[in-house]
Formats: sequence, C-alpha cells, structure tokens
Amino acid sequence: MALPNLPVRKDWPQPMRVSLFITCYNDTLYPETGRAVVRLLERLGVKVDFHPGQTCCGQMHANTGFRREAFSQARRLIRLYRDAEYVLIPSSSCVAMMRDQYPGLVDELGDPALRKELNAFLPKVFELSEFLIDRLGVEDVGAYFPHRVTYHASCHGLRGIHLGDRPFRLLAKVRGLEHVSLANLDRCCGFGGTFSVKNAEVSSAMMAVKLQDVLATGAEYCTALDNSCLMHLGGAMHRQFAGMKTIHMAQILASTEHSPAEEFA
Amino acid sequence: MSHAAAARAVLDPAHAPPFPKAALPVLRNPQLRKNVAHAIDVIQSKRARLVAEKTDWQELRASASAIRAHVLDHLAEYLEQFEARCTAAGGKVHWARDGAEANRLVAGILRDEGVNQAIKIKTMTSAETQMNPALEAAGISVFETDLAEIILQLGEDEPSHIVVPALHVNRAQVREIFSRRMEIPDLKDDPQVLTAAARHYLRQKFLTVPAAISGANFFIAETGAVAIVESEGNGRMCLTLPRVMVTLAGIEKVLPRFADLEVMLQLLARSATGERMNPYTSLWTGVTAGDGPQSFHVVLLDNGRSEILKRKTERQTLKCIRCAACMNACPVYRQTGGHAYGSVYPGPIGAIFTPQLMRLEHAQSLPYASSLCAACYEVCPVKINIPEVLLELRARVTDRERRSFGKFFDPLYWGLRVANLLFSRAWLFTAAQRLGRIGLRFFTRRDGWIHSLPSVGARWTMTRDLRGMPSQSFRQWWDTRPKEGR
Repeated sequence: MALPNLPVRKDWPQPMRVSLFITCYNDTLYPETGRAVVRLLERLGVKVDFHPGQTCCGQMHANTGFRREAFSQARRLIRLYRDAEYVLIPSSSCVAMMRDQYPGLVDELGDPALRKELNAFLPKVFELSEFLIDRLGVEDVGAYFPHRVTYHASCHGLRGIHLGDRPFRLLAKVRGLEHVSLANLDRCCGFGGTFSVKNAEVSSAMMAVKLQDVLATGAEYCTALDNSCLMHLGGAMHRQFAGMKTIHMAQILASTEHSPAEEFA
Repeated sequence: MSHAAAARAVLDPAHAPPFPKAALPVLRNPQLRKNVAHAIDVIQSKRARLVAEKTDWQELRASASAIRAHVLDHLAEYLEQFEARCTAAGGKVHWARDGAEANRLVAGILRDEGVNQAIKIKTMTSAETQMNPALEAAGISVFETDLAEIILQLGEDEPSHIVVPALHVNRAQVREIFSRRMEIPDLKDDPQVLTAAARHYLRQKFLTVPAAISGANFFIAETGAVAIVESEGNGRMCLTLPRVMVTLAGIEKVLPRFADLEVMLQLLARSATGERMNPYTSLWTGVTAGDGPQSFHVVLLDNGRSEILKRKTERQTLKCIRCAACMNACPVYRQTGGHAYGSVYPGPIGAIFTPQLMRLEHAQSLPYASSLCAACYEVCPVKINIPEVLLELRARVTDRERRSFGKFFDPLYWGLRVANLLFSRAWLFTAAQRLGRIGLRFFTRRDGWIHSLPSVGARWTMTRDLRGMPSQSFRQWWDTRPKEGR
C-alpha cells in the first residue's frame, strides 16, 4: 500500500547500491539499528548489500594503542569493500576512524598499493545522515515518530566528521516529532571507548554531568547517530530508572505510521 | 579548613599516582569540582564571545600554526640568533640540558650576585624544574608575586592550571589562607580587601628584594627581546625594581620576528583569559643603563624538548604557547581539575607534554586521560592536533607495556588480543557472538539488562547497566531475509 508523502526518487538511471558496514557492536548489540537502516534505505529506493565477511573497523584497537592490530583490521576492511559503490556506516565514530586514522596507519605500516586502495575507498564511505542529505538529497524521509526527542551530538559526528546541521534537518522533517534542544551540545558524554573502563570513575563523572542536561530536556527519547554514546547514556538511564530512553536516529527515520520504531522489549 | 584537609597534590610525574587513582579524591570533593567547573565556565564563555567577534580567527590560527611550525623547523638557527642579539644588548645567555642544571645555573647566578632573596613572576617552566625547593635548599628565599601563586605558596598548595594556577581555590578559601599566614584574624572575603592584603604583602617584597626570576611567553630572535604577558602588573614590578633579573624559558618559546607578536598576542589573550588584550605586556632587551635590572640573564632549558623535536607526529607539542584553552575546553579536566594529572602541565596539553618530558618512563597513564573528544584541537590557537599526539603516545606506551611481565595478566590486554583474533575472520566473530550470547545469559536479569559483570566488565557496570544481547545478531537477521530483489 502506498504511504503518504514518500519522497522516493524514481529519476535515478538505475537503483543506487550501498554496501552496509553495520559495525561490530551494532551487529552484536544493536541489530534493530541495522534493520532500521535497511528498511529506511529500501523505502527510499536504494538497494542494500551486506558483505558477510565484515567485522570491525579497528577503532577500539587504534584508540587503545594497539596499532598493528588496528592496521590489520583496516587492511582487511579496505579490501573487503573494494567493489562496493558506496559504503554506508550508521556510526560517526567508525567513519571518523577511517577518515582520520586509516591514512596514517596505512602510511606507517602499509604498502603503496594499499594506499592506492585506501584513496579509492575513502570517498565511497558515508555516514547515514551524510548519505541521506549529500548523496540522496533528501531531508524528508517520510518518517513519523510522535514523541519528544532530544539530539545528542557525538564528538566524532560533531568535530570528527563535521555533520553540522544534517541531523537537525532530518529530525525537523519527521512528522509528529518535537525536538528539544540539548544544552552544552558540544560536551562529550564521557564514553570514549576503552576510556569508559580505563578511567571508569572520570567517565562516570562526565556522564553524570551530561545526563543532567539530557534529562533536563524532559524528552522521552535521546537520539544520536552513534550507538556507542547511547549505550553509555542509556545504560546510566536504565540504572537510575530515569524516565527516558535512547534510540538511534536510524530507527526514528525508519519509523512510520504503519510500522513504528522497533524497540527493545 | 576544607582545603587543608586534602593531602597536598604530587606534581612530580616521577612520584605521582596514575591518573585514574589521582582523580578519585577530586571526584569525591564537591567543593573542588564546583570551583573548577565554575571558573572554567566563566573563562570559556568569555573566550567564546571574543573569538566569535574575530572574523579572521581561523586565518589567525593558521598563521600562528605556520609561524610555530617554522620555528621548530629552524630552531637551532633562531636560538643562536637570539643568543647573539641578547648578548649584544648586554644580556647573558645560559643553556641548561635539564631541570637540575637550570636550577643550578639560577642558584649560581644569584649567589655570584650576592643575593639570597628573589621575587618571582609566574613561570610554569620553573615549576617544571622544581626550582623553588632547589633555590630554598641553596639558601635563597623565593617569593611568588602572582596573586594566584601567592595563594598557593602561602596555602602550601600546588598549581592546578597553567594560566590560573589557583583556579581550584575559591574566595572563602583564599580568605582563610591569607588570614592565617598574614596573621590578619578579622580579614573579610571581599575581593578588594583580599587584594589589598596581597598588595601590602607584595609591596614590601618589591621594595626590598634585589633579584627577580621570570619565565617568558616568547623571546624574539630578531631583536633579542623577552616578552611577558600578565594581568596584574606585579610582573612589571619585578621587571623594573630589582637589580638582577633571571629569565628561564624552554627553548621552544622563540619567535623569529618582532612582528610575529602581532599574531600571537591576538590569539593568546583571547584564548587564555577571554580578553581582547591582556592588561600588561612587557618586553625587555638586554640591559639599559640607569633603567631596570643592571644584570640580566636568560637560561634556555632543553629538558627533553630536543628529543620531542625529533619525532614527526609529537613535535607539534612544542608549538604550544601555554594559553590553556585546551584544558578550559576539556570535559575531563572540568571534572578532575589539574592536580589529578600529577604534573605542573595538566589538561590535554599536559597529557601529551608531560609523558614526553619524562621520556615515557613516567606519566604513562596521561595519554589515556582523554575521551578523544577533540574539543582541545578545536580551540587550540596554534592548531596542535592533541588527539593525534595522544594516539601516537598510546601506541608507544602499548608497545612498551605489551612486552612487560606486569601487563601479561591484564584482562584488558587479553581482551584486546582475543578481539583482534575474532575480528580477523568473520566465522570466528560470528561464533564469538553466539558464545557471548550464551555466556552473558548468565548475567542478564529478567528485565533483559545486565546489572553486574566481573573483571573489566565491572568497570562498566559500576555506574551503568548494559542491555543484554539480543536473540539475533544483525547478520543472523540478514540471513533470514529473502534473497531475491536485494
């Protein structure tokens, strides 16, 4: 059945094909985010591939100092997506890892041939909101999500890959959604990957400060383009019985009147 | 006596506890956290306002970054040029390989001049060399003249910030310290009353002490001049009243031309204190007969800097102009303040500078004292990519640690090794997902959440729950999808 106001582009010569790099932690812990990405893209007329050989981008190892391991994961990933037209990643921090750290890793540990492959690979990499706005040229993805929502800008989305106002433009077009601005938007939530366990106490103190701002919005949901920050904030909300949930923005954008966002029971 | 209840911070990286441990008492001290966050927020909002009004801010940053990078590429030439010009103007230049040599040189200069007292302009470099205790041991009494440094010296406390060293102390605490140490029982905590008390204390020093010690914000190769920027004018007093003047500066503080100050001063005041211009900018060149100090010495300190210069990624650390914008922007520093870093250089710049000064023998926990949020890089007026250097140092620390016996049993190291193996083959990763689901079921409560994990996991669940693993991974779901039409 036809849905109202769906901006499906029919003027492409042939359907766009994206290869979804779901990321290791979304694959394992947040499959509903991946399902939402697939649902959203297919609704917009994009064909989605999933390479079963994919694992991790190497960020955890690189950021902890395990550079050789990070390099071998980077090399593996670059080669895996050799034939992809676009690589779509619903996680800004993994995109930032590729753009900021892959060149250095490959120059330091790799060979010139791999550098060439990397140069071909990087322009194909898109974060979800980048792909929707820059590549597909849509802001209204036909979503319906009748809730009060606040957007948390992850550091990698904000300062790493400069998403700017893209997330807000997408949220503004979601029917029924009331966006509440988050104070101190540019302040880190304290997750920081292995920082959250190596410096667990400081990380928790940062989270406590962030959570004050997030809860003060009175929103029902806190959304972001990174499930890593949301794992941190959502874990704290759950511990505190705070009246708020976290949800990846892909799930909001995939949600419609007929098929609302999937939620973890 | 709230401030005195806490043990004195250890700012010697060779003896300070690791960052996570040193941060604990601060995190449990609401007064301290409130003082730090309040002071930081005030500076940050002033800075943001003034940066926004500069339409050429990014161009200024680019110029400053280029000037500082150029200096580092030609450091030896500019240092020799400075030495020649400063000497020609009547100054004497000394070279110190490390902090101990710098302290010996300064003590020797003062002894040769026959003085046993010195007043000081705020200098972080002398804190780096631990000069005050060294001079006291050599029989020379030193008196800080920067208001914040007076508070710390009288309060037997340590600096927690490089621009606002007593940022962690509030007005009521200052009143208590002054009242006790200056023996004024009925002192009020009115700012004017407190500064009047400090002025009375300082005037006696300015008029009687024959020697002064300073740092340098910059020194100019072209002219042989030394530049100090400050807010209070107490530095200006030190530069004009005493007979003997000794300036200590790291070798990286040189600028090629006088004109380069135009760029640096626009950036420095806005970045450091949120002012368009700092109230006092002093420049002095050698000795002028009948005016100011008649004996002028510059001690140029290496202390590990030429080693840093040799490294491709890390050398940008030396571009730093000590504005402290990085620590003011840092969400970690905002919670912990400066003492947790166990170094006179706290915050993001300290997290990269200190371990390098220690040749990674000490302070190995500091490169990990960051969530890599990159707020520091965004505000840095000379565009030091601090996250990039943090990662480089983490790699060096890891390369060293992974071979050590102590880390052989570290669960985080094993976790990362195993993870790397799993990530190398998709079938291993898939198998691990299945195994993990079975293993975690044991820890997952009826509500579907994990409230408590053992080992490294306990570091997560100490303050955060973790959603239990879903019954199906994404790839398992994908495999259930009809194949046609994909």
